[in-house]
Amino acid sequence: MARNETDLSTRPSVAVHTPGVTASGVGTDSASVMQLRDVSVYYGNYEAVRGTSMPIQQNQVTAMIGPSGCGKSTVLRALNRMNDPIPGARVSGEVLFHGQDLYAKDVDPIQVRRQIGMVFQKPNPFPKSIYDNVAYGLRINGIKGRLDDHVEEALTKAALWDEVKDKLRKSALALSGGQQQRLCIARTIAVKPQVILMDEPCSALDPIATAKIEDLMFELTNDYTIVIVTHNMQQAARVSHYTAFFTAEVDDQQVRHGRLVEFSQTGKLFTNPADKRTEDYITGRFG
Amino acid sequence: MTATASPATRSAAGAPDLTRAALSGRRRFTNHLATAAIWLAVLLAVVPLALVIYEVVAKGGGVMNMSFLTEDIPNSYRRDGGGMAPAIVGTLLITGAAALMAIPLGVFGAIYLNEYGKQRPLARVIRLMADVMTGVPSIVMGLFIYISWVLLVGQQTGFAGALALACLMLPVVIRSSEEMLRLVPDELRQASMALGARKWKTTLTVVLPAAISGITSGSLLAVARAAGETAPIIIVTGIVFSPNVNLFDGFNTALPAQIFRNASQPFEAAQDRAWGAALTLIVIVLGFTIIARLISSRFAIKER
Repeated sequence: MARNETDLSTRPSVAVHTPGVTASGVGTDSASVMQLRDVSVYYGNYEAVRGTSMPIQQNQVTAMIGPSGCGKSTVLRALNRMNDPIPGARVSGEVLFHGQDLYAKDVDPIQVRRQIGMVFQKPNPFPKSIYDNVAYGLRINGIKGRLDDHVEEALTKAALWDEVKDKLRKSALALSGGQQQRLCIARTIAVKPQVILMDEPCSALDPIATAKIEDLMFELTNDYTIVIVTHNMQQAARVSHYTAFFTAEVDDQQVRHGRLVEFSQTGKLFTNPADKRTEDYITGRFG
Repeated sequence: MTATASPATRSAAGAPDLTRAALSGRRRFTNHLATAAIWLAVLLAVVPLALVIYEVVAKGGGVMNMSFLTEDIPNSYRRDGGGMAPAIVGTLLITGAAALMAIPLGVFGAIYLNEYGKQRPLARVIRLMADVMTGVPSIVMGLFIYISWVLLVGQQTGFAGALALACLMLPVVIRSSEEMLRLVPDELRQASMALGARKWKTTLTVVLPAAISGITSGSLLAVARAAGETAPIIIVTGIVFSPNVNLFDGFNTALPAQIFRNASQPFEAAQDRAWGAALTLIVIVLGFTIIARLISSRFAIKER
């Protein structure tokens, strides 16, 4: 098994990686870039999400859907250790990235996040110029010279270049919400992560901006693997190849836990769900 | 009331009257009262301010000229003429040195409190101590520096004054900077973190620039307050009649101390010098403000 293709340990390393060429012999599934094995997320003593196991397929869009409070965002944030700074948050089970457990002792969360980027629900550009927003990740990762080319490439990939090429030095905060979100995507892909996590990236946007982002996600799968959390089932059906349905369940002690109910190809999950709860949710009988 | 409202009150099929005249008398009265109260408050706040500036300019402007700014202080209060050069030099150097010590330390302290310490016991203790320190009278701070520094080195110096002023500025800088850092949205920290930035990098390149204009304002308030402090200067710096640019050797003086000494004399020449010194001090503080605004606007992004 070709483990440790990407070195995430605390040793400084330049992880050179070409997306799309690592499909051979990684993990259990030849096409999966990440693998969740019995992942539970705790906040203090409270088990927010219980026992989640699912793969994240390379160069595909994986959607996580489910009612509010079912833990889908929590699971998403566990994929690049964004829960780390929350006091009392911890993860059990294994989150494998190219077969390497992201929560192993010598793994550096900074290195993890350089490989697994994130786009947030609310567009959150830095209060800097458009150029500096995109260049920020490049600068902190020590990429020098030819910054202009990298910035143009990232903005082009995020389908924003034509709209902003004449005002790169203007404040990013002057952009519209949809433009800001695409800027945040450009900022994320500028550092060339392998996986992009999106936490309800369109929930603050109007339908036209949403359509642009959805088109963009489709384009991005050429180079990147995308995991998206969405409240919008139509969106999951439109953009994703695989869908995970989560729900919240009350256990014997009357405590609510998030649980993964069903994971399968999106077409199958929406037309022929295996689980009754999935069917109830997608047909609107529940949630 | 049901759908059968009388045509007199709801004419033309339920179109409500949107004019002010439709408001009840009590609501109109309350509205006018609130407006009047706000204007009164503005006047009350502005009048003393304008009077102070008028008095200082009127009385201090008379003695203001080039020689006032450049000549030595006469060593007899009775004598006419002379200037405030030693006090101007002293104020600039002592306040500047105090700012150089207190602002970086205070900002770093605030970064620790808001970004690292948060609600940890140590952070809470520091926060409490800073609050207590804000309330310490400046004369007590002067005596503290006298005991812990002046007696140690055996000499009153400008640097002792700078130490005292820095101690007065520090808690103000810490608390105001912490408030400004708290206003920086957490989303920005998360965005930076998700790009693989380490915490110190995020703090330095995202959080601090976002808060810099507020931090500058807060620090400036502390500088302005320190520039006007009299008691610690009198206690720990001694007095000189010709400029001393060495903060570490020899006595020094500052404008507030000169205002105090000259204004309490029965001689008109001394009182004129006090007014002139007051005007000079106000102009210097104004200068600090403008410089600080220029610096913070260099950090801020342009909204062109």
